[in-house]
This record gives sequence, structure tokens and C-alpha cells, in this order.
Amino acid sequence: MRKGNRWLPVLFWTLISFLTLFPIYWLFVISVKPAVELFSTPSVILSDVYWQNYLDVLGDRTLRGYMINSLVISTGNAVLCTLLGFMACYALSRFDLPGKESIFFWTITNRMAPPAVFLLPLFLLLTQVYRIGDFSLADTRTGMILVYCTFNLPFAIWTLRPTLDGIPKELDEAAYVDGASAWKVISEVVFPLARPGLAVTLILTWVFAWNEYLLAATLTNFNARTLTTGLSEYVTTTGTEWGIMAAISVFTLIPALIIFSLVQRHIVTGLTFGAVKG
Amino acid sequence: MHSKTLGWALLAPTLILLFFFGVVPFIYVLFVSFHQWNPFAVNPDMIFNWAENYRRVVFDAQFLASFGVTIAFVFFAVVSELIIGYALAQAFMRDFPGKAFFRTIHTLPLIMAPIIVGSIWKLMTTPSIGILPNILDDWLGYNLNIGQSALQAFTVTVIMDIWHWTPLVTLSLIAALVSLPPDPFEQAQIDGANKRQIFWHITLPMIRPAIIATVFIRLMDALRTVDEVLMLTGGGPGSATRYLGVHIFKEVFPRTNYGYGSAISVVVLYLTIVACWLLYVSLIAPRNTRKG
Repeated sequence: MRKGNRWLPVLFWTLISFLTLFPIYWLFVISVKPAVELFSTPSVILSDVYWQNYLDVLGDRTLRGYMINSLVISTGNAVLCTLLGFMACYALSRFDLPGKESIFFWTITNRMAPPAVFLLPLFLLLTQVYRIGDFSLADTRTGMILVYCTFNLPFAIWTLRPTLDGIPKELDEAAYVDGASAWKVISEVVFPLARPGLAVTLILTWVFAWNEYLLAATLTNFNARTLTTGLSEYVTTTGTEWGIMAAISVFTLIPALIIFSLVQRHIVTGLTFGAVKG
Repeated sequence: MHSKTLGWALLAPTLILLFFFGVVPFIYVLFVSFHQWNPFAVNPDMIFNWAENYRRVVFDAQFLASFGVTIAFVFFAVVSELIIGYALAQAFMRDFPGKAFFRTIHTLPLIMAPIIVGSIWKLMTTPSIGILPNILDDWLGYNLNIGQSALQAFTVTVIMDIWHWTPLVTLSLIAALVSLPPDPFEQAQIDGANKRQIFWHITLPMIRPAIIATVFIRLMDALRTVDEVLMLTGGGPGSATRYLGVHIFKEVFPRTNYGYGSAISVVVLYLTIVACWLLYVSLIAPRNTRKG
């Protein structure tokens, strides 16, 4: 817009970036300190680096298992939510269904629930009710993928709605007139056009599922335990092992960081939360 | 071919999933909320006690205190995020070297797990090992101890929330600003409007839907914050940072008061839905239907 000094914003953003990065830097500082040094007077500058915490985390087979669980659960959940969200939004956007605006609002009320009190019913449902013969959802990756839909699927629907409303109806109507089937219209006309929105939804639901703590801590024991819950195991045992905790935290950051920086520039176009553009 | 059957078929999986993992647990919570139930007490039976739990909610000083601090927390956090987020979004509208790089850095807190954000801030503010109390003491002679000062604990949770969630506000406001048509701004400049007039009469009305939608999402999520605050302050000192999510957590876990905890949750959920519904019906929905 305005043309001012080009370097002034750079200076401004450098300062802002220091504020943003400092807590993350401090996490790293804690992660490369031996436990004894933690309690000496802290200094902003890192004097010597101690990698043992990282080696401990990498060498821990249990934590590696948690990491794989985290990857499978968040990827499965993100794909499921984006796919179902896309289908739901297509229905809400193109069909004149009675009460569809109420359904649209109702979906988001699932995300409003205070999480703590829903832990027990979900636990009981997974362990005692939702089972078919020997197959139970308790402490399984599938179970967690489904449970995370409670808060991620509404989010997916609310971020995808403007994308689908933004694709002109005339396009798919024209395809219908040309004799295309509903499946062809959805897969070859609407889906490709919705791709930027779908990508954003996929990434954000992935990040939310990857970061979830409370539900995972309560609903999983070992088989489906995730990396964030691995953190809590270092809080209770013999005091808090801050160094190891910080190192695990750094590991949880890395995949999210890689994925996020890859799609950073697309995020902006998809994040309108139901608000109509301009 | 535009049959309603196809529409319902596409919606069905979502409705079924949310029914089994949203509605059914909620019905259970509703059922428990009419009982006195402490599964780990001497008498672990569920005892039906009409609306006793709800009566207690209304007269519970701790709940009301928690409600008060939650409103204050949500207000200060969301308003600051909106102002800072808007300023930063405007700052990103210019072209300058390294813009993409700085935007990535600014977005980093957003991808961090709340539990980790809580841990980091605890590490920074704990008196013995934290950097902040040390710096503040050395440079300003200011004593920071969030374990003792209610005001400091409150302020630090608000700052933590601002640090964590402002990027979300910035991103969605950038999305809104980018999509604005240039004509009204050019016209206003020709008419000799100053910056302040342009902001109040053109920019603000045009990005209003985006602002409301962002407030909607932030409000909803701030009201149910648990992990971050639980990790940082544990709700203390006293009940200074015992926000509703934390309050419910403490009622349900350390005290295992399931019946009462469920009643509070139902009340909180109901209030959240009403608040969001009013916001949605009056401000967001009309825009959506007008376009569709």
C-alpha cells in the first residue's frame, strides 16, 4: 500500500520475532542443559551444549512408539475430518436441505464442550459400549482417530464452508447438464477447485490432533499413547525432569514445523472461518 | 439429479460420527448431572438428587469466582489479540524484504501444543529456574512470583494466551485484508479522507465479518482453555487463574465430584452455546445467507 522505507518494517519484524522466538529459544536452552545446571542462576546466553537429553529421548523405544502413534492418529484424523467435512460442506452448500443452517451451527457446538468432563463418558463408551465382539476401540489408534473428530470435524466444516460456497454453482450445474454423474461432478469439478481450502483444513486439523493432550492422556494406556502424553510421564515420577521434557517438546515441534512451513503461504487464503470475503 | 437423498447421504457420516462421539457423551453428562456421584468415595453409588447440583452451581462462590476470572481472562486476551493481530496484519500488507520468513516465524506459536506452551511459560517464570524473574529482578528490581501474586499469575496467563493465539488472528485478518477491493480506498483518498477516517469508515466495516468470525473462534476456544493454564499455574494462587475449564477439571479429577462437575459443564456449555449462537445469528449468518 504505502511506500515508506523498506528497512523499517524489517527492523520492526526483527524485534517482534525476538519476542515470538524467545520462549521457543528458552525451551531449547532448557533441553540442552544437564539437570544439575537447571537450578543455577539462568543466563540468556547458552554457554555449553549438552545433548544427552536428546540422546535419551531418541534411545527410548517407548517414546519412538508414541511418536509413530501420534503420526498415525493425527494423519488419520486429519484425512478423515477433511474428507467428511468436504462431503458435509458440499451437501450444505449445494442442496436445499431443511434445517441445514441449524445443522451447520449444531456441528460447532460439539467443539464448545468443556473437555474435562467429557473424558469419563468417552472412556466408558470406548471401553464398554463401542465394541463389536472382541473388537474394542479402547486404547486403539482407530478409537483416537474417531474421538478427535468431536472437535476437529466441526472445525473442518467451519473452515471449508466458505471455500465451497465460493465455488460457483453454475460450474457443477453445467456439468450435470452435460450428463456427468454426481460422483464425476464432485471428484472432477468441485474437488480440484476446493484444493487450497482442503489443504489448509488438512494442516490445521493435523496440528490440532498432533497437539491434543487431555483426551489422549485419559483415553490411552500404551498402544495408542501419543507423544504429548509422553511428556506427562516425566512430570510425576521423581520430580519433574525438565530437560527430558523440553527435549520431547522440541521433538513434537519438528514435524509440525516442517509441514507448516511448507504450506505457510496457502494458509492465508483458506482461513476465513465462515466470514464472506470482501 | 440434485436429489435431497444425495445431500443427506453426504451429510450422514458427519452426523453419525458427531452423534456417537458428541451427542451420546453429552447425554451421559446430562444424566450424571442430576445425580450425586463420587465413584471413588466410600459410597460410590449414583444417587438421583433432582436439580440439587444445579442449585449448587448458582450459589457456589467458587464457581462464581471462576466465572468472573474467566470473563476477565477471555476479555483481556481476545481484545488484545484482536488489536495486536490487526496491527500485525496491517504491517504485513506492505512489501518488505523477508516478508514470508517473518510471517513463518510469527506463526510458530500457533503450531505448538497447549501443554508445551504451558510448560515453556512455567519454565520461564518459575522463580528458581526461570529467566523472567531473574531478568526483571536484575534490571528493574521487580519481583515476579506467579506462585504468590494473583495479579501477576493472571497477567502471565493472559500474556501466554496472547503469545499463543495472536498469530491465528493475524492470519485470518490478513486473509480478509488481502481480499479487499482497492476501489473504495482510492476513491476515499481522492476525496481527501485521512487515515483515521479510512480506517473507521472503510476498512473496519469491510472486514467486520472476518473480525466477528475470528472473535467467535477465539472466544469459543478461550472459554474452554485447560491444559495451558493447568500446566502454568494449576489454577492458583488461590483461585486467581481457576478458569472454568480448570475449575471443571479440578472438580472432576482431584475431587472426583462427577455429579457436580457434570452440572457445571452443562451450565458452561449452555452459556457458551447461547453466547456464540447470539453472535452467529445476529452477525455472521445473515452474511452467509445473503451470499448463498
